[in-house]
Amino acid sequence: MTHTILDEVVPARAPWSAVVAAGDVLTIIDLKGNQAVDTLLYSAADTGVRYSAQATIAAQSNLFLRSGTVLRAEDGSALMTIVEDELGSHDTIGGACSQESNTLRYGHHTKHQHACVENFLLEGAKWGLGKRDLVSNINFYMNVPVDEDGTLGIVDGLSAPGKKIKLRAEVDTLVLVSNCPQINNPCNGFDPTPVRMTVESA
Amino acid sequence: MTTATTKGARDHARSQAGQITDSMPVLPASNWPWTPSDIPASTLIWAETIPGGRYATKVLGRGTRLRLTDVTGSGCLGIVLLRADAPWERLNVADTVKVPWQAYLGTGHPLLSDQGRVLATVVADSSGHHDTFCGTSTLTANAAKYGAGELYSASPAGRELFTLAAAKHGLAPRDIGPSVSFFHGIRAEVDGALRSIGTAGPGAAVDLLIHLPVIALLVNTAHPLDPSDTFDTGPVQVLAWPAPAELADLPNTDPEYQRAVLNTEDAWAAAQDAETGKSQ
Repeated sequence: MTHTILDEVVPARAPWSAVVAAGDVLTIIDLKGNQAVDTLLYSAADTGVRYSAQATIAAQSNLFLRSGTVLRAEDGSALMTIVEDELGSHDTIGGACSQESNTLRYGHHTKHQHACVENFLLEGAKWGLGKRDLVSNINFYMNVPVDEDGTLGIVDGLSAPGKKIKLRAEVDTLVLVSNCPQINNPCNGFDPTPVRMTVESA
Repeated sequence: MTTATTKGARDHARSQAGQITDSMPVLPASNWPWTPSDIPASTLIWAETIPGGRYATKVLGRGTRLRLTDVTGSGCLGIVLLRADAPWERLNVADTVKVPWQAYLGTGHPLLSDQGRVLATVVADSSGHHDTFCGTSTLTANAAKYGAGELYSASPAGRELFTLAAAKHGLAPRDIGPSVSFFHGIRAEVDGALRSIGTAGPGAAVDLLIHLPVIALLVNTAHPLDPSDTFDTGPVQVLAWPAPAELADLPNTDPEYQRAVLNTEDAWAAAQDAETGKSQ
């Protein structure tokens, strides 16, 4: 019999973090549809053991995250596993938006717009994490196809209101989230919206 | 030659110098005996061959051109760049593919930092077989694939090599994030499935122009998706020489790249000493 030990709504543009105990299941609910949820994972016992997009991709020889994907640390060990997924494809090559990269992508007028790296830095600081602890992240509900010639980009999302993804923690895992505030591309339909987080314990 | 006494041991040690192997640095670099015709030999500032399963590292100044050559067509060079004068600024692989809208590295592609600046630009590429997706190998993966992944084994994992290369600059494993790999290509299918396209064969080379002072960490070890079940990574040759004029003649007119160059020059100019014109 499972019981819910956490149920929170992350406001549009906001950061969020929590430790999910080994065996517990985190559910991320895309309340309004097509809201990119930028996510980093750290072993709560040793934040030097952290999510690696590249180790995760290499281990499954596939770019996209979906049910069954093991979210791995740089040493290849498992941090979390996607145990249910109503979408079927999530990004981990697109990284997080930043004030600095926004100036390259859209122009210098975007420098003072909100960005995920700002969320990661401020929320991460609560856990003793700094800039060097930020690495390539997961973008739940974000759609980044790669064409045959290598052209890639963030295109219209495939999600819809109420879609869920469930992650089981394989070790006690610090989950660091930026509910993406980007307004210059379709990663959240040009309209940042809230998402809901629940944690169920067995 | 006796090594039973201090003087004998000293003579023995000194008699070993002057040997030439196919995997070593040459000092001074201008003594490199195999300089390609397009490089003025006397200007070389780094000349070294990195054997398979090993690493090399160097601080490189702004305006340096770095040539990496896959000598036998079986190299795979993982690279991380950190800004030497501010090592908290480093290669950001996600921005390196997202900002140029292109996952496959080639001439004109920037290696971007997390601060929206160009650490290096690919200014020549006769390989076209590179990878930004998979990073380098791990101890556990190499142990499963080859039976061992330790530094002292015959199949050292890239993460171990990066850890060492970083340590030589006072950096910790937490300072080493995603890397890119030259000479072993990976391509993605529409469904995200990855396949190795191997190397481009012997002699393929990549030239990088360095835009800001960087710590270059280079590890030469088999790609994580190398289909061979034996570890047979060949040597990669490294040559570097000053080419500052090339900073004003860059091979990319994309607006994103041009703004990255603007950001880079802006930061560099702001940090100059107003009286001497030298970097702080």
